[in-house]
Amino acid sequence: MSEKKMTVAKAMVECLKAEGVKHVFGYPGAAICPFYDELISSDIEHILVRHEVNGGHAASGYARVTGKAGVCIATSGPGALNLITAIATAYMDSIPIVAITGQVNSDQIGRDVFQEADITGSAEPFVKHSYIVKDPASICDTIKKAFYIAETGRPGPVLIDVPMDVQLMETEFMYPDKVEIRSYKPTTEGNKLQIKRVADAIAKSSRPVICAGGGVFLSDAREELAALAHKCDIPVVNTMMGISNMDMTDRLYFGMIGMHGVKPANYAVSHCDLLILLGARMGDRAVVALRNLSGISVIHIDIDPAEIGKNVNVNTPVVGDIKKILVQLTETVPELKHTEWTDELDEVRSRKTAVPDAKPGTVCPKLFVQELNRQIPKDSIIVADVGQNQIWTANNICLTEGRFMTAGGMGTMGYSLPAAIGAKKALPERTVIAMCGDGSLQMQFMELATAVQHGINVKLIVFVNTTLGMVRELQDKLYEKREIAVDLTGSPAFDVIAEAYGIKAENVTDISQAEGAIKNMLSSEKPYLLQVFVDKEERTII
Amino acid sequence: MKHTISVLVENHAGVLARVAGLFARRAYNIDSLAVGVTADENVSRITIVADGDDYTLEQILKQLNKLIDVIKVRSFSESELLTRELVLIKVNCTPAQRAELISIAKITEAKISDISVNTITLELSDYSNKIKTFEELLRPYGIKEIVRTGTVAIQRGSASLTI
Repeated sequence: MSEKKMTVAKAMVECLKAEGVKHVFGYPGAAICPFYDELISSDIEHILVRHEVNGGHAASGYARVTGKAGVCIATSGPGALNLITAIATAYMDSIPIVAITGQVNSDQIGRDVFQEADITGSAEPFVKHSYIVKDPASICDTIKKAFYIAETGRPGPVLIDVPMDVQLMETEFMYPDKVEIRSYKPTTEGNKLQIKRVADAIAKSSRPVICAGGGVFLSDAREELAALAHKCDIPVVNTMMGISNMDMTDRLYFGMIGMHGVKPANYAVSHCDLLILLGARMGDRAVVALRNLSGISVIHIDIDPAEIGKNVNVNTPVVGDIKKILVQLTETVPELKHTEWTDELDEVRSRKTAVPDAKPGTVCPKLFVQELNRQIPKDSIIVADVGQNQIWTANNICLTEGRFMTAGGMGTMGYSLPAAIGAKKALPERTVIAMCGDGSLQMQFMELATAVQHGINVKLIVFVNTTLGMVRELQDKLYEKREIAVDLTGSPAFDVIAEAYGIKAENVTDISQAEGAIKNMLSSEKPYLLQVFVDKEERTII
Repeated sequence: MKHTISVLVENHAGVLARVAGLFARRAYNIDSLAVGVTADENVSRITIVADGDDYTLEQILKQLNKLIDVIKVRSFSESELLTRELVLIKVNCTPAQRAELISIAKITEAKISDISVNTITLELSDYSNKIKTFEELLRPYGIKEIVRTGTVAIQRGSASLTI
């Protein structure tokens, strides 16, 4: 590529174009204005969020469904600091995002000038890497590296902080074709001997189970996972981050494990003789299911060697790209049948717990999600927020080709709507539904304006019980029902709020209304809000 | 258990903060830390003495390796290494005590680096335990000030850690 003289700000826009970026999510301010000024003349669409954190979450939603890094932009100081929660959320869930922040003029750094914050320092614990650009000649190389680092290996957020004066300096634009970072060479090929060991362990096992996590999405290995499971007749369970990486109607699929998981899944991991952890970090909420691993052989397949052995003791580690390893593994293993084992799990799955009738004026969330399952298109994207709504959705949603996503690692309230906006922007042909509670909605409903302004047709389902239900459950269980600061009295009528934004809303106060309301929501060409009233005594752990 | 870890890093601004921050946020204990440029001026070497069990050591090595600016990480067993610390100790010293202190310096192979009417400053480069003994020997005279570096370490024999 030939070199062209231009400002750093213009070069930044050209770099994004060269990376194939079509949409960026951001919020301007003085220190990032030179960059915004150059954005005007590009064909990159800027989506103006209403709070910087939501620009980060939108980029994260965008990245989750495309596998490409999502881009978010903020100004210096408070703008950049507001991004941190979204950066940390992406870091915990290994989501590639590139965050670009403006910084005060380089000769003023360190003098506590207006809107100055050490953003690279503040975000350091939550980024895969960060840059502060002081040399205008380094901008193209820096942006190229940022995307490369964000998207390869174990993905994660990368921050680029650019002082305002540097944005205005002249540089030569030359976007590099290749990246060479001597200190960063992620392993993608699995060790052949280790893969052979895994194959032997599978062949020997009579009660194997695969616990598949978010890494399966990151590696785009959905089909490869199903191929191995089917060839060797291995039951599959998920961590929360892994939900929907297997067709949830597959006879070999048994649900989510962990503290908030379902019985068949927890039964499977506690009665297996071989546990294959696949791109699963095994966070503390998931490990609950694995209290007793004595007598169980554990295989851990992950691209990040630091995750192996961190939370669970492992007999056979395999480091590398899950997709590649699954292909090799499936070629190596023989066809197997574990009828006795799968029958046993089928029996556990078939034990139905009776759903009690909901109190008048309220809806059982389980039945509501089941009605949603009947109507949503097969490839829908469901974004769960954090709290009871997340568990009700996680444990009852049934997706065959669609995608479930949530801020599983960080548990960030207010994630669902901005992430849904990002996902919908990336895949406009898909149905995208954010599911949240009345607590989390109040942390994000400013983003309804973003959806309206940019014509982003996301759907929002809010479970209303006028309480911070998850915290209340905790207080009831562990603090002898001493409830404090969980009552959300004073919250607005969300249908009225939606209408104030020009968004159509419907209330569901009885399960009999669910079918019609969901139908109306799905057939609308515009954003739509369903307010579903739930009894505050509804629990997540039954 | 104490572990000596050598870390080769890109010689950039902010790298030390990243390494130190990693130890702080993951609650790994650092006993000492020393940093300096290597034969290649683009590469710095950080020598860390850390305390922890085998699980902690494994995590430290893996997490350090994840930092983009870290080029190479290795931990060493004690027998593999030649280790040194540098200490400067300013001791009270009356003219009458000079002869005694000079003899201590001789025995311990310390250097007399500065002297005043009522103090003497001794300099010693040695391994950690020797420095401890040296300090004990000087304590009775009244130590005014101690300045000590972290441990630096190099492999014994012909083996070397390069990128």
